[in-house]
Amino acid sequence: MAETYYCPHDLPRFGEMGKDRPELWAKFLDYYNAVFADGALTAREKALIALGVAHAVQCPYCIDAYTQAALQNGSDREQMTEAVHVACAIRGGASLVHGVQMRNVADKVGM
Amino acid sequence: MRSLPVLSLQSRGHELAAPPAQVAALARSGVPAFEDVLARHGRGPLEAHAIEVLQVNVGKLCNQTCAHCHVDAGPDRREVMSRETAEQVVELLRRHPGIPTLDITGGAPELNPQFRYLVAEGAAQGRRVIDRCNLSVLLLPSQRDLVGFLAAHRVEVMASLPSFRASGTDAQRGDGVFAKSLDALRLLNAAGYGKGEGLALNLVYNPVGTFLPGDQASLERDYKRELQLRHGIVFDRLYTITNMPISRFLDHLERTDNLQRYMDLLVASFNPRAADGVMCRTYLSVGWDGTLYDCDFNQMLEMPTNHGAPQTLWGLLARGRALPRRVMTGLHCFGCTAGAGSSCAGAVAE
Repeated sequence: MAETYYCPHDLPRFGEMGKDRPELWAKFLDYYNAVFADGALTAREKALIALGVAHAVQCPYCIDAYTQAALQNGSDREQMTEAVHVACAIRGGASLVHGVQMRNVADKVGM
Repeated sequence: MRSLPVLSLQSRGHELAAPPAQVAALARSGVPAFEDVLARHGRGPLEAHAIEVLQVNVGKLCNQTCAHCHVDAGPDRREVMSRETAEQVVELLRRHPGIPTLDITGGAPELNPQFRYLVAEGAAQGRRVIDRCNLSVLLLPSQRDLVGFLAAHRVEVMASLPSFRASGTDAQRGDGVFAKSLDALRLLNAAGYGKGEGLALNLVYNPVGTFLPGDQASLERDYKRELQLRHGIVFDRLYTITNMPISRFLDHLERTDNLQRYMDLLVASFNPRAADGVMCRTYLSVGWDGTLYDCDFNQMLEMPTNHGAPQTLWGLLARGRALPRRVMTGLHCFGCTAGAGSSCAGAVAE
């Protein structure tokens, strides 16, 4: 076992998830590649969204991969920082909007 | 990409100004020989069987000092093509009417006194003439009539713009270059360039960092939309070019401890279909002093044509042909075969 749960060397080993159930991996890859193909959004825009989501789900592999993908597709640090702030704002807002639940409960049982 | 050098490697007395030091630095990366990787993919040594583009590098003089420049060009460089050599280029074209394209590069080629002579002669012979332009040169007081000259000779402008935003462009090409580039693009648009009316304005993207270019078609969409919406600028095509691990980009790779990673990336991304389409198969490159090369990158590494092919313009004029020709290769060649491939006309494979 590795000394840490996360290891940079594991990122290029992602393909090993195709072992044992290769048909599921193939379906995932087909879908994944179709999602990131140029469409109504460009590869650069999709990479920026992926970068924001990577921070929201706090996946270090995804942050590594999509920082590079965003740069490779023509984004700069300022745009990428804004993408991270979007993720932060949605995460923070999601916590805050649950405060309404808190207020509902408090209104119900409090005096 | 930060901490721009203010002078060429040569002016700084930098070790990497010497081509053998560059070749040695690449060798230290320990990546396999280029021709061994070709063979592993069932490809023999690269050979040129046609000259579709005569690419003429008129010298290293430039008004910019870009961080990634494979020429080590700059205002301090004095290597420029003479009239005599330019006349030999024109004579070569005259004797080879089957060469359709004259591609003029530098440095900033427009600063060379022979530039307009070459353009005028190439155009008069009915060749497609390309000017590899850094854009800011169009704003120099000495070049006020340049856009009109280019338009009058129907010259295709191939202009460097590594980002549609200021931060990336300035980081690579120097402070304030993005704003100048926009001004120059507006001048070109005003002269009719980039509007699909026969005056071609193409942009060249290369990564602002140590990674491969993104998808060429997708980047072109972003560039077209962003430049049109934010700046009212139009152009025809975007071409992606991989940064070649030589000269100032090699210096950047070494300074940032990225050389090994970058060479491993290039080799891991080797694409045999890109190797099938590399430009050296259809280009002949001429140096400022009349020496012949298989490509502009070999030119900067001082690796002339070989394997029995003539090595100078006058040698070629005397002998008559440079084909078929086995191409000189080195570890830097992985820069042209990685991913979608790279050439002076952009990506070469899917």
